[in-house]
Amino acid sequence: MEYLSIIFSETYKILFLLVPVLVSVAMIVWLDRRIWAFVQKRQGPNVVGPFGLLQSLADALKYMFKEVIIPSSSNKVIFILAPIVTMTLALISWAVIPFSATQVLADINVGILYLFAVSSLGVYGIIMGGWASNSKYPFLGAIRSAAQMVSYEVSIGVIIINVLLCVGSLNLNDIVMAQESLWFVIPLFPMFVIFFISALAETNRPPFDLPEAEAELVAGYQTEYSGMMYAMFWLGEYANILLMCAMGSVLFLGGWLSPIDLFPFNVIPGAIWLILKILLLFILFALVKAIVPRYRYDQLMRLGWKIFLPLSLTWVVLTASFLFYFNLLPIN
Amino acid sequence: MLAHAIFFYIFSLIAIVSAIMVTVSKNTVHSVFFLILDFISISCLFIMIGAEFLGMIMLIIYVGAVAVLFLFVVMMLNVAQQKNQWFSARESSKHIPVGLIISTIIFFELIIVIGGWKYKPDLVSSMSLNIDSSISNTHAIGYVLYTDYIHIFQLSGMILLVAMIGAIVLTFRQRSGVKRQSYFSQISRERSDGVELIDVPSNKGVKSDD
Repeated sequence: MEYLSIIFSETYKILFLLVPVLVSVAMIVWLDRRIWAFVQKRQGPNVVGPFGLLQSLADALKYMFKEVIIPSSSNKVIFILAPIVTMTLALISWAVIPFSATQVLADINVGILYLFAVSSLGVYGIIMGGWASNSKYPFLGAIRSAAQMVSYEVSIGVIIINVLLCVGSLNLNDIVMAQESLWFVIPLFPMFVIFFISALAETNRPPFDLPEAEAELVAGYQTEYSGMMYAMFWLGEYANILLMCAMGSVLFLGGWLSPIDLFPFNVIPGAIWLILKILLLFILFALVKAIVPRYRYDQLMRLGWKIFLPLSLTWVVLTASFLFYFNLLPIN
Repeated sequence: MLAHAIFFYIFSLIAIVSAIMVTVSKNTVHSVFFLILDFISISCLFIMIGAEFLGMIMLIIYVGAVAVLFLFVVMMLNVAQQKNQWFSARESSKHIPVGLIISTIIFFELIIVIGGWKYKPDLVSSMSLNIDSSISNTHAIGYVLYTDYIHIFQLSGMILLVAMIGAIVLTFRQRSGVKRQSYFSQISRERSDGVELIDVPSNKGVKSDD
């Protein structure tokens, strides 16, 4: 009985987290298309519902009623597993994101490592999908994506080390609390920029969307997918983008902290501030998609390995020396 | 405790079954996927005994990086074909003695470890390190790694660096006749380098260089 009650209360909490995440993923897709359209002086989706807000819902319904086609020469088990893996990994990482000092599903000691680990597992959905399709374009897309995500993970890892040097803990709530007086975006601004660009590459967003470059690879690893399975890839991708925005706001923009500790601001609940920060970062993501042309693949690799990695490593040395010299190291 | 035991048996069962499947499965890519499943369940076991740092690092390094490269290589090479050749050819018995020797060594090592653990339980408590149990194990590893064992730690880093440089040197080849993009010369190009204004005489035209 005791276990059952634990399971029920946890399920309730998980649903309370995941349903808003899924709804906001649908909304964010609409927002993305809208911003993209406005930059290009188009209207964007504006027909279904007020301002076209229900467009994603209509799309989801369309995908649900479409036939799921599994290619006869594909590796069926892995082909079906791939979108499930993508979706699951995109959703489980939300467990550790703190919405306020107490509102967090799992307040674990190694929260940031968990986030990093899960986001580095995200590449498997893509590789599995690309390989199991047994087709040339998906395979090329998967290979590109694997190399790209592994490269940019390295610099994200080093940037996380930068933040950890200033915090002295791997717990996400500790990271937020350490920014009470000063958000890390100010002292670590170059790292924030590199994190943002690496997050674009990590989530296969334009200008780094070579794995699904429609001009050369049809749709990359998603080419053979249809119906609900395609929609799951799509949902997973946008949930990952939101997660990267959440990670950026926790690491650099003070998470759920309010920008100024004054009356009208500090009564607003932390969850609202976090959501606003995520939205701000997402609007930047969408703008980048609209205004920047796609990178060439060798330039992408050069940017990751020859520019971002040395720069962030140098910044680790700088941060460590600065903290050590001024005796600011967070030793407890 | 019951839930703990149930989860332990689930994860260890998955780990053992997938480890067997790594060696048994015909398709090499499937083997790598089972290897990944094995890594994941072992990192779950690490987390269950409270070594959350080790578990996460296992996930990040082995699953997130090493296994991706494994998969990369296995997918690119057509290993399935090669494997069939090994199985059908007569010389396949060459690999069996080496494999037997290695597996015997590993087997005896495991016996030593388990025997030591079973018959000398004070082995764990007799270690020279005094680890403060009040701090999280990330801090504990940090305190040990960067103080008492800093030289060994640095040395292992050096060995990895040498291995990395060695791999690069071994596979590096300078091909001739390849046009390389030089970003510096591209960016430092001036207008005067590329554009030339010529007064074209009437009815003569201009002869271009290339």
